[in-house]
Amino acid sequence: MRFSTLLKKPAEWMRTTGPENDIVMTSRVRLARNLVGFPFPGWAKKDDRTRVMEKVRPALEELAEMKDSFSEEMTQLTAIEKQVLVERHLISREHAAKGPGCATVMNRKQTVSVMINEEDHLRMQAIRPGLQLLAAYRSLDQIDTELEVDLPYAFDRQYGYLTACPTNLGTGMRASAMLHLPGLVLSEQINQTIQGANKIGLAVRGLYGEGTEALANLFQISNQNTLGMREEDIIAHLDRVIGQLIANEKNARMKILEDRPTMMQDQIGRAFAVLKYAHIISSKEALNHLSMIRLGCDLGFIPEEERECITVLLTEIQPAHLQISAKCKLSPEERDILRADIIRKSLIGLTPPDFGSILTNRDNDDE
Amino acid sequence: MNCDICHTEKATIFFSQMAEGKLQKVNLCKVCADDKGVTDPTGFALADMLEGMGKQTAVDTGPARNELVCGSCGFTQTDFKKTGRFGCADCYHVFDEGLDGLLEAMHKHTRHVGKAPQSFPEANDRAAASAPVSVAETNPRARLSELRQALSKSVEDEDYEEAARLRDAISRLETILGES
Ligand SMILES: [Zn+2]
Ligand SMILES: [Zn+2]
Repeated sequence: MRFSTLLKKPAEWMRTTGPENDIVMTSRVRLARNLVGFPFPGWAKKDDRTRVMEKVRPALEELAEMKDSFSEEMTQLTAIEKQVLVERHLISREHAAKGPGCATVMNRKQTVSVMINEEDHLRMQAIRPGLQLLAAYRSLDQIDTELEVDLPYAFDRQYGYLTACPTNLGTGMRASAMLHLPGLVLSEQINQTIQGANKIGLAVRGLYGEGTEALANLFQISNQNTLGMREEDIIAHLDRVIGQLIANEKNARMKILEDRPTMMQDQIGRAFAVLKYAHIISSKEALNHLSMIRLGCDLGFIPEEERECITVLLTEIQPAHLQISAKCKLSPEERDILRADIIRKSLIGLTPPDFGSILTNRDNDDE
Repeated sequence: MNCDICHTEKATIFFSQMAEGKLQKVNLCKVCADDKGVTDPTGFALADMLEGMGKQTAVDTGPARNELVCGSCGFTQTDFKKTGRFGCADCYHVFDEGLDGLLEAMHKHTRHVGKAPQSFPEANDRAAASAPVSVAETNPRARLSELRQALSKSVEDEDYEEAARLRDAISRLETILGES
């Protein structure tokens, strides 16, 4: 598959829905694996990296799951193309900077992607819409089991899968969910939430920034420990904590609607006005307003059909996606103009939010 | 809660790191975190975690004497301290002294209990998980001779299915190790 084909379609997770999709955008699982007999990529010479790539790439391309895949060496991609893959969460920022002997292979649906010679020889990732960590793990586990027939993995009975960094040792698994938490941010409970998750061995990070600075109110929660727990137990633990976070987020939203309905109306109304009529908009402003429109969908103020469009826009307004659609390099000022154009066009059918259901509470607003 | 470095800004980045052999919570503001290069909290914490390891290297940064080196890849203890990464799979065996302390601090466990490749079926056995670890388990060449012994035994026992499986495992390992 060519890069242009890959670009034409948004990733499958954007076009389909999964459990708890109003709050959980995606579930991702990543496995780190290395081959016996070769230094890890960060320490390997170019020749060794190339030999690893030449073993791994065909093994991946032969898998049924990877039929008609996108498979390319990093040296064959332009800076903007690599950046597009980063913006789609298909490769890491670190991998985008890699040179000879490094490659990326992904399936047509963009649900499975593999980085060859990132920090480890293989970094495989599966991504699903909504809360489906176990399903994502199962699909990756199957691919991993097929691969081990051709690729002898560096494995140790005590330490498990051997990884370049000991923080990934054991299962080599990082499971993460991307959560939309505007309620916890608006009610200023987010830092508390982050610290709480930290105490029980989970990491929470803003997707585009940290803490209350997180843009679009998107946060990623993931396991920190990879050794000494079974894969299924790590996922069950995450599932339990995410379930609690979902409940907290829903409570926070209801509490804001009860105590400060005008503030909520203002945030969503403002987002609507700016996105519909702005002609110059920064990435930060756009992301935060899109978050409010999404919240409006969740609360029934904005038609449900707009959700997919909002999800796609979150990616499409990123710098490299803008430059690909413009077919040329753009200055930040030019990007802000094109971003506003794309948003206005996408939201052309969006009607003003209907706050009928909360207007009756207006007198109680104590803001 | 304020930032542990500047004490003036509100802390927004929280993580744990090892210091003086104890796990400590660290709270930083965005500015100080950027300043310290904390983009990956786990990577940053490693530099300090390494202090928890058994071996001590010379404090000066001059040429290291009598330093432990991995025979397979040439990686040194200093390289590990610098990068927080190992050079190859064998490094886990070479630099194993103090490793359990490091892993304990990182993962609260030191022993893998999850998935294992099918060529290591016994790794899935909880009973085996508490048995002492032999050299063969971390060294691919030792593993190869272990597999060869198992092969001749399975041929003697006329367990041809097992023999075929072992033969495949051996030839794969041989190719990788360049010993075919
Ligand atoms: Zn500070
Ligand atoms: Zn080594």
